[in-house]
Amino acid sequence: MRAGLGAGGLGLGIAMLYMSAFVLIPLASVVAKAVSSGLGKFWDSIDNALAIRALVITMSASLIVAAIGAVMGTLVAWILVRDTFKGKRFVGTLIDLPFALPTIVAGLTLIALYGPNSPVGIDLAFTRGAVIVALLFVTLPFVVRSVQPVLIELDREVEEAAASLGASNTTTFRRIVLPALRPAIFSGAALAFARSIGEFGSLALIAGKVQIASLVIYADIENGSPQAAAALSVMLMLVALVVLFILRTIGARVGH
Amino acid sequence: MAISRRTTLSLRAVALLYLTLLLLLPVAVVFWRTFEHGAGTAWSFMTTPAAISALWLTILLAVIAVPLNTIFGVGAAMVLVRGKTPRAGKAILDALIDLPFVVSPVIVGLALILVYGQGGWFGHAFTSHGIQIIYAVPGMVIATVFVSLPFVVREVAPVLAEVGDEQEQAAATLGASPWQTFWRVTLPSIRWGVAYGVVLTTARALGEIGAVLVVSSNVAGSTLTLPLLIFQRDEQVGGQVTTSVYAAATELAVLSIGVLLLMTMFGSRTKEAR
Repeated sequence: MRAGLGAGGLGLGIAMLYMSAFVLIPLASVVAKAVSSGLGKFWDSIDNALAIRALVITMSASLIVAAIGAVMGTLVAWILVRDTFKGKRFVGTLIDLPFALPTIVAGLTLIALYGPNSPVGIDLAFTRGAVIVALLFVTLPFVVRSVQPVLIELDREVEEAAASLGASNTTTFRRIVLPALRPAIFSGAALAFARSIGEFGSLALIAGKVQIASLVIYADIENGSPQAAAALSVMLMLVALVVLFILRTIGARVGH
Repeated sequence: MAISRRTTLSLRAVALLYLTLLLLLPVAVVFWRTFEHGAGTAWSFMTTPAAISALWLTILLAVIAVPLNTIFGVGAAMVLVRGKTPRAGKAILDALIDLPFVVSPVIVGLALILVYGQGGWFGHAFTSHGIQIIYAVPGMVIATVFVSLPFVVREVAPVLAEVGDEQEQAAATLGASPWQTFWRVTLPSIRWGVAYGVVLTTARALGEIGAVLVVSSNVAGSTLTLPLLIFQRDEQVGGQVTTSVYAAATELAVLSIGVLLLMTMFGSRTKEAR
């Protein structure tokens, strides 16, 4: 048989070339800039109150978002699969909204409802609360879309068997349903976490003085200190890559 | 599980309330704020020369980035799924493709400045020929390509694995060339995956702000996209969001919600095809 398209090494070479031009070379330049004045300078850029604060705030906000997103995303996936009600198709479409809506508009929608001049009298603008709500908005589809297909495939006979053997709903959920969903919940939450770590668009208008890492990097670039920006970027990418690695490991284990 | 009516209803109520407060109401309020002072006021803010130029630039970036990433995406998916090259090579490519998903957009902007900007790695090579990349449209195009790169690969690769290569082998046995096999057999079977990937890529390209903001000179009428226009108008009014900001947001939202509708259409067809 003749080799099909993409079968040879040429395809791989072209793909790697494209990746290098657009992604790898630029990212390498960030790492190079971060250590351009020596590792000592790199550590000085990271080991100061502002940078550490930015990393801690970003990580903790992302963890909170991943945790809330895991619970609420699973609940939303549950009603989309197991419940029937009027307008379910509309709700199913609504879930994709954060993927389609530009992130700056997402941030703006939250100021409109939960900012100054709020029609409901709640003003979260420029607080950590606003950051968390914005991140929940943009990461909503991750857990829902990862749990939903698993829930559809789940064998309900096992649940019925558990119930007929006298298990309560809570026990059945905890012992039968949750273990089956756990990998999907975990990988969805990890994606939400990775996305939150680097998020900029939805926070640009509403974070105010909350020192989110991506906003600190942006300020550093604007103030003409690319070395400081690069150093914080490298730390942020390391955190994100560790999350991605964990995610892929779990994904591989689920595949077996 | 036999779930009581009460539990079902309360689970449903909590989930729907969450979605209403997080998604539906905020979006509705933006539309309301846009037309608060009449449709005429909103329309005039959407059709200023700066807004029209921003709309066209936004579309231009998507029109360049989407085809590039579609061709790359289908090709890379073929390499990953059908390729007979060493596993290690494929594994590296597979891992690298996700990078744009985990790198913050502002880091992308910074990276492009460090490569193509003044004093950057290749900055001099371009500026000496009179080509400006950073703080100009070319840099914004590269930024858009970067952030929207993985979508097509990630949508097409699983579909390609799912359909298998038996039909392709049959076509080859019957004497079809690799190109014929690709166009007549492979592409038709993955078309909904490609379409969904294209829509996701487009949505991201239209809405990108962080990466594009850093490499744009932010001059109204030449290097502002709609997301940047929203950002700039918001800065001008000092965070006291006004109709001008909401009108630009609505303009962009209408564009992207059009994309969402396409997305659900293609999404449901992809599921049927599977």
